[in-house]
Amino acid sequence: MTLVLGPAQLAAIRQHGEADYPHEACGLLGGMLDGDRGVVVQLVPLANQRTDAARNRYLIDPEAFRRAQARLDRDELEVLGVYHSHPDHPPEPSAFDREQAWPRLSYVIVGVARGRAGEVKSWRLSDDRAGFAQEPIILEERKVAWQSPS
Amino acid sequence: MAVTVLIPMPLRPFVGGKDALELDGGSVGEVLEQLTIEHSGLRKHLFGDDGRLRSFVNVYVNDRDIRQLAQQQTQVAAGDTVSIIPSIAGGTAVADALPKLSHEEILRYSRHLILPDVGVEGQRKLKAARVLLIGAGGLGSPAALYLAAAGIGTLGMVDFDVVDKTNLQRQILHGTQTVGVPKLESARRRIEDLNPNVQVETFETRLTSENALDIIREFDVVADGTDNFATRYLVNDACVLLGKPNVYGSIFRFEGQASVFYAKEGPCYRCLYPEPPPPGLVPSCAEGGVLGVLPGIIGSIQAMETIKLVLGRGELLIGRLLLFDALRLKFRELKLERDPDCPVCGRNPTVTSLIDYEAFCGVGAEPAYEGAEVTVLDLKEELDAGKPIAIVDVREPHEYEIASIPGARLIPLGELPERLRELDDHAEIVTHCHHGARSLKALEILRAAGFSKVRSLKGGIDAWAVNVDPEMPRY
Repeated sequence: MTLVLGPAQLAAIRQHGEADYPHEACGLLGGMLDGDRGVVVQLVPLANQRTDAARNRYLIDPEAFRRAQARLDRDELEVLGVYHSHPDHPPEPSAFDREQAWPRLSYVIVGVARGRAGEVKSWRLSDDRAGFAQEPIILEERKVAWQSPS
Repeated sequence: MAVTVLIPMPLRPFVGGKDALELDGGSVGEVLEQLTIEHSGLRKHLFGDDGRLRSFVNVYVNDRDIRQLAQQQTQVAAGDTVSIIPSIAGGTAVADALPKLSHEEILRYSRHLILPDVGVEGQRKLKAARVLLIGAGGLGSPAALYLAAAGIGTLGMVDFDVVDKTNLQRQILHGTQTVGVPKLESARRRIEDLNPNVQVETFETRLTSENALDIIREFDVVADGTDNFATRYLVNDACVLLGKPNVYGSIFRFEGQASVFYAKEGPCYRCLYPEPPPPGLVPSCAEGGVLGVLPGIIGSIQAMETIKLVLGRGELLIGRLLLFDALRLKFRELKLERDPDCPVCGRNPTVTSLIDYEAFCGVGAEPAYEGAEVTVLDLKEELDAGKPIAIVDVREPHEYEIASIPGARLIPLGELPERLRELDDHAEIVTHCHHGARSLKALEILRAAGFSKVRSLKGGIDAWAVNVDPEMPRY
């Protein structure tokens, strides 16, 4: 699989990571599957619900997930994946990320070192849950603007 | 008995791409069992190796979470919809592995481990936590003891004082054995005995605008047990700037206050008190006295709130100011609002870095008294030489009862302005109090009233007891 992001979306993910530093920022990637490309159309930034350990944990609870999914449904978009930040850590999935991961979703991680966003990488869990594999991110400017009705 | 099961997008590839299935079963458990029999690839995504539903898999029956119903025993009937809803979690590698508990720790913390709201996970959070105590005195003592006993992994402490005998009436972290020893050393010995699993990190320094951010940055929670306004504003502002929760406590005589100032979720100390009181208006514990048990109660509340913050459990004192009156034995609670115009946590903050807190609180802004003070030895010499000197004791009557300088006349500071007539404005006057602060205020009052030959006794009656009259009790 390849993840396709717009340059503005990549900038928005990096900005979200910086804004919430030193806490972890998180959100969902809404979009469409196009063959082996997951094309992100809309970002849904969400509040990190782990107030007890927001520096090194993030949580999107089922209610938030349902609401976000309902919003994407209206635009006939799917949840393609999740993005989150790793404050002061590289954008590699942790063992905790793997334990908690869903298959068939893209996990985009942005490393934020001392408040500055660095590398962004995308990962997918293998179907046997044994590990994550990195997937390429392609930047593409889309010609059609998608707008949520809300 | 067909039940509709809604499959979330990530799992659809494991059920042939379908978003809904019709399955049989009388309970959620039976339906899920049926699902994983028909689509075996799903099992490891829904269930962990222990056979339990994974923590990030949420199951709803017609819009209700089965955790609020009868879990997997929740009954279902034909026409019901069972939805599998993801929650999504993750995080960096640091806390990946919350530290493990040793057998010794499991035994030690067993009364925590059997509490549903703490348990093994909570205890491991406590072990991973880094808590900073500002001050190892009255409030810091019970807070340090309970936090260490509870298994906080790392306790940082900032203090620069030495244990004094007058501390022992309330500072239960220290003992007779450690009088004269630095408080941090004394605290380290006591904590190592109480719980050797705790890492004690000591900062033997005054907390200042220069070092506060570097010290506080390394901790998760700050418990403020300071006894002066300059440090209290410094701790507040540093915590707001760093986004740390500040568990606040203060005590005076028979009354105490506690709150949790956490600018991310509620008001900060400056929302409550934008400006410090004028210097000298609020006496310190050394001047005003304090009931020894009182810091025990308020400091324990600070320890409790700190533990709740670490565990992420319960309702915190955020946005609430708890007032305790020991004489009436009453707790009251004030609701605190965030001040949108707060200079540090408001919408347009004017304080964006640490300032000079001593100047902000008016410390050192008092007029200089050079030449206006006399040492106890000089005074003794003058008295022995027969010089006529009127000694005015401006302390309170109950202090006078403990000890007094022979020949001194008691006029408490508060009564002085009305009792000036009792004094001869041409005489040599020496004012004195306990440590030499109130007598300087008395000197100011007398000079303003036209008394020209007034001096204040440096170090007060305490210096007298140390250097002139060893028979005199110190307090």
